[in-house]
Amino acid sequence: MGISIIKVPDVGEGVAEVELVEWHVKVGDLVKEDDVLAAVMTDKATVEIPSLFDGRVVELGADIGETLVVGATLLTIEHAGEGNATASDNEAAAASPVAQKEPEDKLPEPAPKAPEPKLPPAAPPVAGSARAPRAEGAAPLASPAVRARARAAGIDLRRVAGSGPAGRITDGDLDAVFAAGPAAVAAPKPGRSRREGAEDIRVVGLRRKISESMSLANARIPHITVIEEIDVTALEDLRATMNAGKGDKPKLTMLPFVSAALCRAIDQHPEINAHFDDDAGIIRRHSPVHIGIATMTDKGLVVPVMRHAESLAPFELAAEILRLAEAARRGKATRDELTGSTITITSLGPLGAIATTPIINHPEVAILGINKMAVRPMWDGAQFVPRKMMNISASFDHRVIDGWDAAEFVQRIKTLLENPALIFMED
Amino acid sequence: MKIETCKLLIIGAGPGGYVCGIRAGQLGIDTIVVEAEKPGGTCLNVGCIPSKALIHAADEFAKLHSLSGENALGISATAPTIDLAKTIAWKDGIVTRLTGGVASLLKKAKTRYVTGRVRIIDGKTVEVATCEGALRISCENMVIATGSKPQELPSLPFGGKVISSTEALDLREVPNRLTIVGGGYIGLEIGTAMAKLGAQVTVVEFADRILPQYDAELTKPIAARLKELGITLYLATRANGLSEDGNALLAEGPDGAVEIPSDKVLVTVGRAPVTQGFGLMDLGLTMNGPFLAIDDHCATSMRGVYAIGDVTGDPMLAHRAMAQGVIVAERIAGLPSVWDKRAIPAVCFTDPEIVTVGALPNEIEGSKTTVFPFAANGRSMTMERSDGFVRIVFDPKNELVLGFHAVGSAVSEMSGEFALALEMGATLTDIADTIHAHPTLTETVQETAQKALGRALHV
Repeated sequence: MGISIIKVPDVGEGVAEVELVEWHVKVGDLVKEDDVLAAVMTDKATVEIPSLFDGRVVELGADIGETLVVGATLLTIEHAGEGNATASDNEAAAASPVAQKEPEDKLPEPAPKAPEPKLPPAAPPVAGSARAPRAEGAAPLASPAVRARARAAGIDLRRVAGSGPAGRITDGDLDAVFAAGPAAVAAPKPGRSRREGAEDIRVVGLRRKISESMSLANARIPHITVIEEIDVTALEDLRATMNAGKGDKPKLTMLPFVSAALCRAIDQHPEINAHFDDDAGIIRRHSPVHIGIATMTDKGLVVPVMRHAESLAPFELAAEILRLAEAARRGKATRDELTGSTITITSLGPLGAIATTPIINHPEVAILGINKMAVRPMWDGAQFVPRKMMNISASFDHRVIDGWDAAEFVQRIKTLLENPALIFMED
Repeated sequence: MKIETCKLLIIGAGPGGYVCGIRAGQLGIDTIVVEAEKPGGTCLNVGCIPSKALIHAADEFAKLHSLSGENALGISATAPTIDLAKTIAWKDGIVTRLTGGVASLLKKAKTRYVTGRVRIIDGKTVEVATCEGALRISCENMVIATGSKPQELPSLPFGGKVISSTEALDLREVPNRLTIVGGGYIGLEIGTAMAKLGAQVTVVEFADRILPQYDAELTKPIAARLKELGITLYLATRANGLSEDGNALLAEGPDGAVEIPSDKVLVTVGRAPVTQGFGLMDLGLTMNGPFLAIDDHCATSMRGVYAIGDVTGDPMLAHRAMAQGVIVAERIAGLPSVWDKRAIPAVCFTDPEIVTVGALPNEIEGSKTTVFPFAANGRSMTMERSDGFVRIVFDPKNELVLGFHAVGSAVSEMSGEFALALEMGATLTDIADTIHAHPTLTETVQETAQKALGRALHV
């Protein structure tokens, strides 16, 4: 048997350090080649690190939330054949792994762990791991003491995998079942009861990135938010007509039209499609319109970027939005797809509320929020008529965008969306 | 009529019933045990304990007898004689002490004890005919622990010369010619003892070998010893009844009809559950052949009615009944106890003894068997008994031990190790790597496991 060190790989694009966001294994686990060991996060993307060997995890090199430089020890694995770990390797690994970061990035004390029973160092595979408990109908193999403990806790040993010789269920296996959580716990009683305690959740990974960007944007940028209502009846008719004849093209949602209108409005308002480098005192107006599309994923908010939106037709926009959203939700968006936006659209879809106060994606200077569409009674001068109405909430960096300009820009968007033909007509 | 109520009523104070009663009392359950005879059941009164007393006396007698002749140990003793009535009185003393112990244990557990014959009225009510008159007991839960009794042969009804094991363990004189119908463990245990005490013993067995529930390898040393003791075996022979004058057993075997002159005819052809004559069958419980059907909580088909021990079928062993009694008591106390035993050791106190726990060879497909003889064990030589062997059945895929068997002198005391190993889920390595004291017979167990792993030392 050999011991090998698996190092933090070079994830490319000049990334020198990564944050460990998730362990997929623990000490004692048996892993196969290509099993995912851990997830690390670069500035934007999350990268899964596969195992290079079939073997058993001997040691984990870092805690979740720690920052690791590329080449640092991620973990050590015991496997058949020669190991790559030598004494000098081990020393180097011990010396190099973490915290080559500025002092202010010093990690907080590890958050108190949930009160889970401590597993023995060589923790056996947990129940519910890939290992099949035993042949159908075979009696579970366990000592009378283990059986009694399981009975008292209401655990059906037939469903517990045994890690001992010949598949014997050990006390440790039961510990693992208890640690695995509330499956073994009796159902909560109906009725109201007081609850005690609080749960500490470490802010790591994507959540930390979100937290940092939001703080930065809110601390540095004085926001001005303009809310306007838009009659999208004509736009909705157009959308319905185009969708009816779309063939095998992707379905058009509101977003491609808003993106197109945004590009069109920027033609007249280049100050809106800009980055404000406040440290350097430079406003950089961008020619291309790279629209960040704020997207909700299981792990939190990410903003994939639709490049050169100004060059795309409605169905191309729709296809690109679909592709980026899917990639973001699956965590497959590349670093390139997650950086470089010049302006951002945020839409909560059917949850879109009447108005929102979007926070600018620093160092951009504007963000366009789309609110919920609803049929409302509108006065046409003679009577109330049902119209499809939708609000937009746009925030601007008031340091570089004056209220007048902001209002003009919003009015331009309104005009374009209420008269969608204008989006596509040459001036 | 006097009326009593209780939470748990146990019918029968044999090993199942009295253990259930003690455990229930310990758990604070209001319990009554009803028994028609003395507490202790077959086991203490007319079974395990009396037979072991008789076997011990016979062994002591036989030992002295062998030392009265030319012997390797260089001991000279005078030929012994025996006053069997006195032996039986000694045996009765042991029985009285034990049954008295049971009664006081029940009392200590605050379990009430009623002597009398039960008649079941319904699943919650019984009437007991006590010496002080009728007593009606209503209960929340009922445990049927009525045990078993010797099976009778229609052609040889008990009475006169034809006796059951109960009478055989209470003889005042050693019969000159004892014929035993049934070559199972009960017949052979008593027959061997009587042969050692000087009786001329003949065994008539319907099957073509003795101890038919075991495999031939295991019973070979017994057959050899029976021959040494001068016991005549009639195998594949049917007992047809007594001769007209009653002085001989008529039987028919492969070589035709035989007439076996007999002073006593002991019928040991099995044991039948006690289910008749006290209203049990009127409950209409689901049966399993002649036995009460139970689930793994010892519950019968009627809610609140449990059954334990011999009345629930094979194996009819006291220690099984005791374990069932504990489970029922704990169940009624609300504990999650369940029958999940992997092993029930069975001991046959013949000469040599047989222990079996778990699977027999070839019982489980794919299993393998390894045997280690006592002939290679130092301790057995010093005891002048090198006959027999230890055998382990195991799963070659994962070394899991599936069964232990031993035949040899005093191997009954190995049953604990065997059962423990099976309950713990031991593998061959577990046993091979456990130090067994030298010089003892149990070294053989370790050697068997080592041999199965291909690393035996003493063969």
